[in-house]
Amino acid sequence: MNPDVDAILAHLRETLPDATVELRKNPGPSEQHSLLVAGADLVGVCRVLHDELHFDYLSNVTGIDWPDPAVAGKVVPPEAESEPSEKGFLEVVYHLFSHPDRVGPLVLRVRTGDRDQKVEVPSVVSVWRSAEFQEREIFDLFGVRFTDHPDLRRILMWDEFVDHPMRKDYVAPDDFEYEPTPHAAVLERAKKHYPSQPDE
Amino acid sequence: MAIDPKLAEDLKPHGIHVTTFESLINWGRSSSLWPMQFGLACCAIEMIAATMAKYDMARFGAEVFRPSPRQADLMLVAGTVTKKMAPLVVRLYNQMAEPKYVIAMGACAISGGPFKPGYNVLKGIDRYIPVDIVIPGCPPRPEALLDGLLALRKKIAGEKLIGKQRARHADAKGTAEFPVPEYGPHDLHPTANREIWNPDPVVHEEGADE
Repeated sequence: MNPDVDAILAHLRETLPDATVELRKNPGPSEQHSLLVAGADLVGVCRVLHDELHFDYLSNVTGIDWPDPAVAGKVVPPEAESEPSEKGFLEVVYHLFSHPDRVGPLVLRVRTGDRDQKVEVPSVVSVWRSAEFQEREIFDLFGVRFTDHPDLRRILMWDEFVDHPMRKDYVAPDDFEYEPTPHAAVLERAKKHYPSQPDE
Repeated sequence: MAIDPKLAEDLKPHGIHVTTFESLINWGRSSSLWPMQFGLACCAIEMIAATMAKYDMARFGAEVFRPSPRQADLMLVAGTVTKKMAPLVVRLYNQMAEPKYVIAMGACAISGGPFKPGYNVLKGIDRYIPVDIVIPGCPPRPEALLDGLLALRKKIAGEKLIGKQRARHADAKGTAEFPVPEYGPHDLHPTANREIWNPDPVVHEEGADE
């Protein structure tokens, strides 16, 4: 059952009057509305959600890469018109469930300042221990730096790796030099290794 | 030196078995392959099934799965080899004592399989270690694994221990160690061992891809 986000938002506004929390409506049939939280207020908001509103289960943490709309073409965040962002940003999405109240998911969203320098988001490991590995994964694949994380290392790729593969501008290594039976995406990659054709 | 087959047949009723040292050694090796006990992905499940009672790989002398590379002489690369895992697979192979053999089981170990477009998947374990037998399939059925094992037995039975065609492990200049790739900032380095992985260039026919 979807949580009553309006009531949750009212509760948050009451207990944390200084916190920046916005309601983002999901126009789809699922009606999974989300709360857009400022990074500085995230841990406080999560603490209230956990202690007072019984959201005891952090089911999922994931990342979204929103590159600069001018560079990314059609890949633009839904509210791009209202929030022009020249450098693009990274977004972290949390899905919370409450076992006692049997509601969820409550979707929280946090955004970074840009995609290169201001990529810090506070860690919520102090609230939900289960965030530890999931935040490491987002750090690995998206490059979001979680401040106050107890052990922020890469979890899937090796430590010497420098890229963030789930970013939209990631360029995968080209090891398609031998493709005897290529098709689909592999065919396109393999064609770069074919002898140059006079027409092109 | 070849044995006169008629002489060998004539001597058999008298309890005398005439053979060559080579075929005796190869018979022993091919009949007691000890695979290394490790699996990388779902192919390993089929490998396990092949060892169990229904398919019973023990019939062919290959049931003693060893948990140490020092005691194994057959490496079954059963599953997707990620780039993070590849150096460890090569290291395990290096730790095995000669003679040692490799079976690449399934599409992933051969070429990356369905995960080939991925940035993190090695496009075939033969880029780093010499593969004796490849078993296609996704995953191959246990029967296919047994067939591959029998093909490997046949290959071992035909190995030469002396002469120019001798097997790598019988060659004093042959190496048992292959360079372990290093983790690089974007990819493994090197991306392939060019001394053993040098496939013929793919012939591209005009219009064949359309």
